[in-house]
Amino acid sequence: MNSVLADMAFKIDTEAFLDSLPTMGLGMLGIFIVTGIIVLTIAALNFFTKPRKKDN
Amino acid sequence: MEALYENLLNIQWQQIVMWVIGGLLIFLAIKKNMEPTLLLPMGFGAILVNLPLSGVVDRYFLNGDPIAVEEGKALLEAGVEGVTYEPGIIEELFNMGIANELFPLLLFIGIGAMIDFGPLLTNPKLLIFGAAAQFGIFFTLSMASLLGFAPNDAASIAIIGAADGPTSIFVANTLDSQYLGAIMVAAYSYMALVPIVQPPVIKLLTTKKERMIRMPYEQKSVSKTTRILFPILITVITGIFSPKSVALIGFLMFGNLIRECGVLDSLSETAQKVLANLITIFLGITVACKMQADQFLTWETLLILGLGLIAFIVDTAGGVLFAKLLNLFSKKKINPMIGAAGISAFPMSARVVHKLGLAEDNQNFLLMHSIGVNVSGQIASVIAGGLILSFFA
Repeated sequence: MNSVLADMAFKIDTEAFLDSLPTMGLGMLGIFIVTGIIVLTIAALNFFTKPRKKDN
Repeated sequence: MEALYENLLNIQWQQIVMWVIGGLLIFLAIKKNMEPTLLLPMGFGAILVNLPLSGVVDRYFLNGDPIAVEEGKALLEAGVEGVTYEPGIIEELFNMGIANELFPLLLFIGIGAMIDFGPLLTNPKLLIFGAAAQFGIFFTLSMASLLGFAPNDAASIAIIGAADGPTSIFVANTLDSQYLGAIMVAAYSYMALVPIVQPPVIKLLTTKKERMIRMPYEQKSVSKTTRILFPILITVITGIFSPKSVALIGFLMFGNLIRECGVLDSLSETAQKVLANLITIFLGITVACKMQADQFLTWETLLILGLGLIAFIVDTAGGVLFAKLLNLFSKKKINPMIGAAGISAFPMSARVVHKLGLAEDNQNFLLMHSIGVNVSGQIASVIAGGLILSFFA
């Protein structure tokens, strides 16, 4: 129990936090870029595979 | 006679605490029906691995007397005579099924076969909400870094926000995180707690008027060609931009291709039921290998549980706020609650949003939209996992 309590000290690492911020931005940007491409791909798929209306 | 009771003296208080935790997980699984397929095996496994001198985990002996695992490993490597090693079945299962990522990937085939991407294919724009709702992952990454976790551990903790068990296991294991047990418990517990965690966050961030926004659903047909090409193209696109996620997205989409191809119904059914159930049984009890008292009962475990909760809350907030942002520029208003379904906890999150919509207006049916966003979250969380691996592996 003492060892657990002894470890209960917050180790605030502001340098690591600041270093992680670019990763946060890059990660979100990456997700939006990839999902954006997937959205366009699905839209293209739907466009090219939609049933054609037969001419009377 | 002494042999019958001597092991009682080996019981440590930490092991008793783990029995209680194991019992709690089993109680939540049975009584509260919270993710029972995983919490029950994990709970039983937690008891199993924390019995004194448990034969299911690796044990080391010096001249026949049990010694600590770390000490045993060191002595064995140093070539000290009299040191013996007995492998435990749970650790063997861990090495065969989780250390090489086999179980989570096989489970993904089953999940892929279960998911109908139809609502997403009819309205692909919903995928953007899935992306927005991954913000909790990267926010938690920064918070875990602030609290002093090493980069690989911080990234592994952050992926709890993917709200996706197999992805969490895959990423944490690939990054060799020492907190796999705590991460797993947090990931699956919060997935089960989605109906409790999400509603207050959604209500806090939306007005009654916003929650009452109706979104009529237009039924559109999706061609079979689209359904078949979708899993193939998603695998290729995601694989090109996030190569580390190829295994995850590939197995998920392979399962979906089996479902949608129309000629493998028997395989699809097997993947959805037998395969998924079989892997789930072993996954839960095997993960318990990382719930041994000396590894689990730490201050870091409590921090991880707290960070996991933050990840889920920020995920939810990210989705809702993004929908509100879009409403500023859009003529056709979106009910911002559907953004919250962008976390990958499928289908709980979609149901939560649907129920909240009905609570405000009993004619407001948001289910199809929220299901679309929810399956988008499944894809986006895998992409996020792949990006995390690209950054840290």
